[in-house]
Amino acid sequence: MFSVDLLLDALVAGILLGGFYAAVSLGITLAFGLLDVVNIAHPAFVILGSYATYVVNSRFGLDPIVAGVAFMPAFFLLGVAVYRVYHTCFERRGDESLRGLVFFFGIIFIIEVALLLQYGVDYRSVHAAYVGETVQVGPIGIALRLGIPCAVALALTLGLHLFLGRTFYGRAVRAVAQDALALRLMGANPVRIKDLAFGLAIATASLAGALLIMIGPVEPSIGREYIGRVFAIAVLGGMGSIGGTLVAALILGVLESLTSTFYGPSWALAVSFGILLLVLALRPAGLFGR
Amino acid sequence: MSGRRLLAMAGGVTVLAVALTRLVDNQYYYFAGYVILQYVVLATAWNILGGYAGYVNFGSAGFFALGAYTAAVLIKAVGAPLPVLVIAAGVVSGLLGLSIGALTLRLRGVFFAIATLALAVVLQTLIVNWEYVGGSRGLYTIRPARVLFFGNYVEFLFVVMVVLAVAALTIAWRIEHSWVGRGLAAIRDNEEAAECMGVPTLRLKLLAATVSGALMGVAGAPFPYYITYMEPASTFNLDYAVNSLAMPMIGGTTTWVGPLVGAVLLGSAQQIATVTISSALNLLIVGMLLVVFVIVAPDGLVGLVRRRRSRG
Amino acid sequence: MAVLLDVRGVSKRFGGFQALSRVSLQVEEGERFGLIGPNGSGKTTLINCISGALRNDEGEIWFAGRPITRLPAYQRTRLGIARSFQIPRPFTSMTVLENLCIPAEHAGHARARGADVVPEARAILERIGLADKADARAGGLTQIDLRKLELARAMAARPRLLISDESMAGLSSAEVDEILTILRLLSAQGIAIIMIEHIMRAVMRFSQRIAVLDAGERIAEGGPDEILRNAAVERAYLGE
Repeated sequence: MFSVDLLLDALVAGILLGGFYAAVSLGITLAFGLLDVVNIAHPAFVILGSYATYVVNSRFGLDPIVAGVAFMPAFFLLGVAVYRVYHTCFERRGDESLRGLVFFFGIIFIIEVALLLQYGVDYRSVHAAYVGETVQVGPIGIALRLGIPCAVALALTLGLHLFLGRTFYGRAVRAVAQDALALRLMGANPVRIKDLAFGLAIATASLAGALLIMIGPVEPSIGREYIGRVFAIAVLGGMGSIGGTLVAALILGVLESLTSTFYGPSWALAVSFGILLLVLALRPAGLFGR
Repeated sequence: MSGRRLLAMAGGVTVLAVALTRLVDNQYYYFAGYVILQYVVLATAWNILGGYAGYVNFGSAGFFALGAYTAAVLIKAVGAPLPVLVIAAGVVSGLLGLSIGALTLRLRGVFFAIATLALAVVLQTLIVNWEYVGGSRGLYTIRPARVLFFGNYVEFLFVVMVVLAVAALTIAWRIEHSWVGRGLAAIRDNEEAAECMGVPTLRLKLLAATVSGALMGVAGAPFPYYITYMEPASTFNLDYAVNSLAMPMIGGTTTWVGPLVGAVLLGSAQQIATVTISSALNLLIVGMLLVVFVIVAPDGLVGLVRRRRSRG
Repeated sequence: MAVLLDVRGVSKRFGGFQALSRVSLQVEEGERFGLIGPNGSGKTTLINCISGALRNDEGEIWFAGRPITRLPAYQRTRLGIARSFQIPRPFTSMTVLENLCIPAEHAGHARARGADVVPEARAILERIGLADKADARAGGLTQIDLRKLELARAMAARPRLLISDESMAGLSSAEVDEILTILRLLSAQGIAIIMIEHIMRAVMRFSQRIAVLDAGERIAEGGPDEILRNAAVERAYLGE
């Protein structure tokens, strides 16, 4: 069953998939890695993004990527609202680890079941002219269905990286992770900065959702498959580093792709869980942590 | 309450349940009662780690299903009797709790929560790919044709669940009123301080994770006989994951009463509601109740009652 | 007097930052020992290594004649090392009395579980001056009472060595005297005490011997007078 062609295809597919995984995980890197807000509902927000894209795509024929970007401001506001509730009810009371987690767990259900009631269990997909195309690059065929999401995901990753490194607000977000006091001295309000950062994290879910529904059809409960993935990536990437997230996402994408090519697609899910447990047990600081 | 009185009470409840099977004929009540009692076991089990120690387990469905499939395999392979099924399911799910705990409980609590969240999905994938238990198609389990003393098998299963629920509550009560329970409470309040006060935090957490996982598996042990046709989608049902956590959170997490109250109230409400509304809407309501309760009444119903009493 | 705590060449790194480099010190039974140094000099890291909250990278720690370097924190507490936290960490859902029962049961009486620890806990509260708050929730205490609770809890573990980590920071001078009185009382019972403090007046008055840490190294050790006259200490505190 093994052949070089198969291996090459699996590797390419894995890298493309990994790029996309980075987009899904960025929100976790921001929220969990930098703000210490364990938003286990992030994948549910991604699915919400998929459905938002689906609605405007099927009704108005809007391009999925354009739709994903167009919804980002709305998701940003949603994120700010969710963080406000989380902050006042749990973070400020010092009750994040039990009730804060349960709060996000409840949100998963509300999103998932609301989508289920509205759209049913059928798989939904989007249409765009390029989705079915394949581009030949030398001996390798790249399906645009995977290639475009990967490219957009890389652009999003780069954009976030530049934002965090080059702008005042970006630096403030990184500072809030390390030293809230220093931030106050900079004249910024930590809660405001966290508002912004969490809003941004949820905004990435909108675009990631558009990419997800482009790669394949989506149904409400599919988000659960991503919980293991995004946290495996965030932990492996060293929590809070954008570069680390990208590398970890690529590693997971390639490993999953190889696994599903050579052992069967159903084992791919177990890969992220295995990585998650291994990293937690052996090197909780991640690949790039100290 | 002394240990002996507790035992007497537990025995009394069981005798009462058996007596009930002589009086009530309508089979629906046994089916519904079984489900509610199953939730009593699950909620109580969840609370031993989640409520007492403050470590959230999102994978209750996985532990429950593992118990159920352990039982199904034993029935299919060797036709093992029910007590063996219960013990085996407890051992297997308990070991799962222990091993997930050993890997993640050294770290911050969130990592255990995340691991359990991913766990159920992975376990379900494994079961779907396991031909012996029928993969995604599922498998049939035939109930024994006859059972001693009881009119039919469902009545018998109902009484079995009563016994399991009483056992789970007894274990929770014992833990709560021992040095283990007080140590777990200290962990919940401040783990680092607990360790420095001589509380063997890691050991107690592992113990709680094991007992909690084992009881969830035990809850699943009679499931193949109850459902007769078992397939992964219904065995790993989200209902279990949400309810086993929502019931203690809504009832109150710091004592054994909370999960019991939550399971009986929420469980009965859901049994009544499923007749009129869809199970999806049902879940949505539970999800919203959960969010409302963690925000407004963090100590659950028991906490609300207590506050009112201390005021009035 | 016999050596109770023996820290031998302990080092600790955090990534590239050397928090402690080969620190050695000895505390004798029943001694009152001061540990001082500028902020970030490694005091808290050192007591975290002694109490077991952190594992040291190099060196050994002996307590009461046996190595404890690899023991988890709770076992060290059971052997007789108790500590108070700089920022009080009460068990907030419990009453003050219940707070004391945790160490009394898990450390003080670890070999005789199920023993009734309440009378002992009450006696400690009496001595520390918290008896009237025994049934109050620990979450609602004032700063000074929280500091007292920290010390009371440490006592309930029946320690041979008590590490008091800045128990007086932020208190008024009358309150500082209250805490000093409590620590003297404990010392009089034969408990060795390591006092970590920024309030020089208190350390100098209390300690029989003082060690000074700077940038993770022990730069001086001696009686209070010697330390006051030590040039290296002056440099560490005031800069060149």
